[in-house]
Amino acid sequence: MNRVIVFIKQVPDTAELKIDPTTNTMIREGVPSIINPFDMYAIEEGIRIKEKWGDTEVVVVTMGPPQAETALREALSLGCDRAILLSDKKFAASDTYATSYILSCAVKKIGDYDVLITGKQASDGDTAQVGPGIASWLNIPSITYIRKIDEIRAGYAKVERMRNDGFDIIEVTGKFLMTVLKELNEPRIPSFRGKMAAKKAEIPIWSAEYLEADDGKIGFLGSPTRVVRAFSPPPKKGGIKVEGEDEETVNGLYNFLSENKML
Amino acid sequence: MISMPYNLTEEQKELVAIAKQIAEEKIKPLREQYDEEQLFPEEIVKILGNSDLYRVFIPEEYDGLGMGVFEMALVTEELSRIDGGIALAYAGSALGAFPIILFGNEQQKKKYLPPIASGEKIAAFALTEPEAGSDAANVKTKAEKKDGYYLLNGTKQWITNGGYAGIYSVFANVDFERGIRGMTAFIVDRDTEGFEIGKKENKLGIRASDTRELIFNNCKVPTENIIGREGMGFRVGVATFDQSRPGVAAQALGIAQGAFEEALKYAHERVQFGKNIYSFQGVSFMIADMAIKIEAARALVYNVAKLVDSGAKRTGGYSAMAKTFASDVAMEVTTNAIQVLGGYGYMKDYPVEKMFRDAKVTQIYEGTNQIQREVIAIHLAKELARIPKK
Repeated sequence: MNRVIVFIKQVPDTAELKIDPTTNTMIREGVPSIINPFDMYAIEEGIRIKEKWGDTEVVVVTMGPPQAETALREALSLGCDRAILLSDKKFAASDTYATSYILSCAVKKIGDYDVLITGKQASDGDTAQVGPGIASWLNIPSITYIRKIDEIRAGYAKVERMRNDGFDIIEVTGKFLMTVLKELNEPRIPSFRGKMAAKKAEIPIWSAEYLEADDGKIGFLGSPTRVVRAFSPPPKKGGIKVEGEDEETVNGLYNFLSENKML
Repeated sequence: MISMPYNLTEEQKELVAIAKQIAEEKIKPLREQYDEEQLFPEEIVKILGNSDLYRVFIPEEYDGLGMGVFEMALVTEELSRIDGGIALAYAGSALGAFPIILFGNEQQKKKYLPPIASGEKIAAFALTEPEAGSDAANVKTKAEKKDGYYLLNGTKQWITNGGYAGIYSVFANVDFERGIRGMTAFIVDRDTEGFEIGKKENKLGIRASDTRELIFNNCKVPTENIIGREGMGFRVGVATFDQSRPGVAAQALGIAQGAFEEALKYAHERVQFGKNIYSFQGVSFMIADMAIKIEAARALVYNVAKLVDSGAKRTGGYSAMAKTFASDVAMEVTTNAIQVLGGYGYMKDYPVEKMFRDAKVTQIYEGTNQIQREVIAIHLAKELARIPKK
């Protein structure tokens, strides 16, 4: 049997986030939670790979507080086969370094696998570091920003990675991790039977001890990142607009560029 | 949805949630184009199938969820709230499947119901003909008995899902001398020899629904495809309508709900004379009346659907009441929704003109509201006759 592991994150369903002024971290209480929208494409792709390959198990994993179980049940209702919740007070305040370490420990516990999938980034932290971080801990290749999969089978894939100026076609052999973009697929609607089965599914909770995680690499103490200050970046200025007749605008632009020593 | 809460079960709530998600996320972006170009929503049928919604009205033994008319109505209402035409790709399949569910034998159910449950095939109900509308017994399609099969000849018209169904419940007469007792229902597979799909109708509303002519030209239907028995067709048709009319009522209810919500929202956004038009009683009272009538219609539709599901006898009169009342409410509410939106409501940029066009057919098909009143009147006379005379 083949295995695909999808990592998801439960995030607050709103842009109205409050920051705790003392720790400079987000206050999550009282905000409705959803699956990180980018992770929906990861779930969908995991299920599509299973449908393509047959005899494949899709395992969905998240790290979070006990209520993150809701996100896992939603993933199950869409067609993932089983879910694992990584939850332990010791995981609190983990940064991307510690989080990717914890997730990689879970992969080792799950056992063999063919492909790991995450969304391109989480909508709350926006770091895009956890996916590649997991690959790094596991010492496997990671391919980020996948917009299209040309071919995928156990041990081989040919994919397209989005760039600012086009895309790369990448071939990879062996196990690998991919982070995916919304261009890759259109997430499905859950089925009624899927939803009912997901309600009843048993979701194991794995602790730091069970994962045999190194205490020095998890939680606040295991996290090298320190948030010094959080602030809203100033909005981008509008730039200048050169208006008028053709000659006027050409001269205006020329003068602007030369005055600013850009020519 | 802004409406009175009902005490739905967990399962019913999940069904409604799935139908709502499909309607909002998948149907809403398509509805204007599909209405304009009269496109059949093949990809929506696929989504409805994958989400198990066609399983709702199919018994569990045949790969369904074994739910009832009530659940089918809940789904139809939710889809119709966004698009009453696309919703017919769903409800029309239930209509086509009911004859098999109600009167089919074990073998027929095993063969035909599972693909309808999965959405792999949709069903269609083929009764109406040019001369058999309200006078449904007057079908001219002939079924001639041969050795091991029947030869069907005739033309059906205005058949919902006609061009896209895989399974058809077709009504023909085996012996015109026997009149109504010659009417017989058959299951016809799409690829049956001598069966042709005819022209697609160009309609006022429900334009994303595929309405067709069906042509039977020496169409060879095996004897084993008779639904019930020879001569039982009229009974099959009447019993089907008792089950399906709450579905049409739910479609009308959904259309009305959609139009009401558009009007309510618009009246709060539209500013004239320096304030939103909802602050004018002339407008807000119209909207209050919409809400009253929709709630009354919903109470009737839900109760009748549950009555039918309870297995109660003599439900036809109540099914007719639900269909008539909900469709009249839909016509009134969509008309007034355009009025609330004024000139904008008359434009295709807003969805209420489409809802108005879609609403009209619910007063006409599966029995005009005049025929429904006839059914109700007969029902009442029969009920009176049942009271023992002192």
